[in-house]
Amino acid sequence: MRNKLLALALLSISATIQAETVFVSLEKDNALAIVDPIEGKLLKTVPIGQRPRGLALSSDNKFLFVATSDDNTIRMLDAETLKELAKLPSGKDPETFALSPNGEKLYVSNEDDSLVTVIDVASKKAIHEIKVGVEPEGITVSPDNQWLISASETTNMVHWIDTKTNAIVENTLVDPRPRAVNFTADSQQLWVTSEMSGTVMVLDAKTKQPIKTIKLEVDGVTFDKIQPVGVVIDKERKRAYVALGPANRVAVINAQTYQLEKTLLVGQRVWNLAFSPDQKRLYTTNGTSNDMSIIDLESQTVTKSVGVGSYPWGVAVKP
Amino acid sequence: MHPINLFIIVLVLLQGWTVADAKPKPKATAPEKPPAVKPVAPAKQIINIAYLSQEQTVPAALSNLDPFIQNKGLLGSELAISDNTTTGQFTGQSFVLSKFIVPVDGDVEAIFNNDIAGKFQLVVSLLPAESLNKLANSAGGKAILWFDAATSDDSLRAEQCRFNVLHLLPSRAMRADALAQYMMKKRWTKWFLVVGTAPEDKLFADAIKRAAKRFGSTIVAEKIWEHTYDARRTAQSDVAVFSRVDEYDVLVVSDEQGLFGEYLDYRTESPRPVIGTQGLIATAWHRTHEQWGATQIQNRFKEQAGRWMEEQDYAAYLAVRAIGEAATRTKSNELTAIKDYILSPAFALQGYKGNPLSFRPWDGQMRQPVLLAAPRSLVAVAPIEGFLHPKTELDTLGVDEPETTCRMNVTP
Repeated sequence: MRNKLLALALLSISATIQAETVFVSLEKDNALAIVDPIEGKLLKTVPIGQRPRGLALSSDNKFLFVATSDDNTIRMLDAETLKELAKLPSGKDPETFALSPNGEKLYVSNEDDSLVTVIDVASKKAIHEIKVGVEPEGITVSPDNQWLISASETTNMVHWIDTKTNAIVENTLVDPRPRAVNFTADSQQLWVTSEMSGTVMVLDAKTKQPIKTIKLEVDGVTFDKIQPVGVVIDKERKRAYVALGPANRVAVINAQTYQLEKTLLVGQRVWNLAFSPDQKRLYTTNGTSNDMSIIDLESQTVTKSVGVGSYPWGVAVKP
Repeated sequence: MHPINLFIIVLVLLQGWTVADAKPKPKATAPEKPPAVKPVAPAKQIINIAYLSQEQTVPAALSNLDPFIQNKGLLGSELAISDNTTTGQFTGQSFVLSKFIVPVDGDVEAIFNNDIAGKFQLVVSLLPAESLNKLANSAGGKAILWFDAATSDDSLRAEQCRFNVLHLLPSRAMRADALAQYMMKKRWTKWFLVVGTAPEDKLFADAIKRAAKRFGSTIVAEKIWEHTYDARRTAQSDVAVFSRVDEYDVLVVSDEQGLFGEYLDYRTESPRPVIGTQGLIATAWHRTHEQWGATQIQNRFKEQAGRWMEEQDYAAYLAVRAIGEAATRTKSNELTAIKDYILSPAFALQGYKGNPLSFRPWDGQMRQPVLLAAPRSLVAVAPIEGFLHPKTELDTLGVDEPETTCRMNVTP
């Protein structure tokens, strides 16, 4: 018994010591930055393809997917060796995409064609196209794999697509220019950021209607600089974090009361966010200051910024 | 000849659309269970918009490089109709654009009275200032909300303003302020102002003088370009002589028709940049613009039109999109509901320029960033960083609320 406990303790120590890896896509460098966030160091930069933006890891952390927009493809890499395994037929100019939780499907927003392309990862084939509103951008799949969500920037709508039938079941009108969409871990709520109105809407996954619209405000920053983009919600739904774009801040929202608790000053034009696997830290990509910020979530302070390269866009974290 | 008999192009574009599952499904006999999935489309609501313009005679061109584009604005409004229609598929609304393009020698007033007055409440106008104001002020015109996608006249946004006219393009004052902010940032504070002989050139020069005063610059010299020689042949010697004035930092040119401005750059006595209506220009839209999702609309427009999007296309696009946004949010096709929403603080239009766009309630001007563009490079976007405003930095451009002479809210 004691030995077992000791072994557990040792295991947990080694787990905390083992550094995680942060991948950041660099839109203007055509490269991927590899960062050790514990040391706060850029380890290396590897060439990846033309204009890399969206970035995601498979849930088993074995594969890394990178949308190289100007190559009109999504590259599938071995997450360990970064060796390219395949080029997926994403359609034109892929920017954002989402993986199904089981890793079987990859859904891509095709902005110019008002389409979502469904790719079967195993066969590496595009198997379906779904007609959505004008300029689809934000895309996500609910953790229970029931809903595929596509947000259309110009149509100002969130489309609820049944993952079994690939058919739109419901459309929710949201605030102007929706950018990012993300579910809570229990798949009960969908959070939607709207860039032009400076708001985050929380939608109920059952009724598909808004429960709350949170207006984001920062003292000393005019309303039109507050342009929310990336949003993440922690596993317990205690807090949500929203990247505020040119306001250069991350908003900390109490996800139970929907109150804006504070804002944290990060780099310029903060785009996207990702938690560390233990959700103790938050990583941000700062588009125009060419760095990422590391936020310690216990103390809610920005502990470090790491220079990564030109136009950091997407971020993914491998344990 | 009867003016009415003239050749009129009236096209009605009815975007066909279908919605999957729109038909109600046959009901089962036991009605206690509501359907699991709500029907997607409610009853169809039609939003009618008129597009009114008059063709122009092809002006004398300084060079034959850029072909003259007839009917600028039309393709912009059509693109917006197709965007609105996509949204409409999901909301049960249908947007119909009826186009009235009056030939050069046609009678705009007669066509307006016959075909638009009493029949439409929302009109996108590509008319020049004088005819727009006349129609907006007429008995039939007062019952219409006008979207001006063509003029930049400050007077239409000031003493000549109308309660029922919204302006999509930046005013001359906004453009001049945008240029002035950039010049201040570069510390180019001594300006040599060169003005053409057209009345519009004087208006833009007035806006430049206002901006100089506002931002603390000095106009060290001002000259009128008289067109007394053929610039094509003699620009080299003439411009050098013409530009021999007191020490200045930048030459500001006012030549809205483009009759001589292009010949100033590289030919002045002193090596100074040219800015204004040529050289570095202030514009609502430009082909070099690709930030904030602009690439997407540039691509969509080019695919449809086969050319770059012009300012008037952008303005007409915004006009129809503003109507679409208001109709979707209010679920209405009524003039009052649409106008109230457009002028409310909730209205925020995506215009691919980084800021939400809205209308200034005091003069109906759309507040928007102004692009500062060289022919092949986007140089800056005004408001320039550092020019601050308590409400929105966009209001550092043009006429702000305390200075307005417009009494737009007073219904005549």
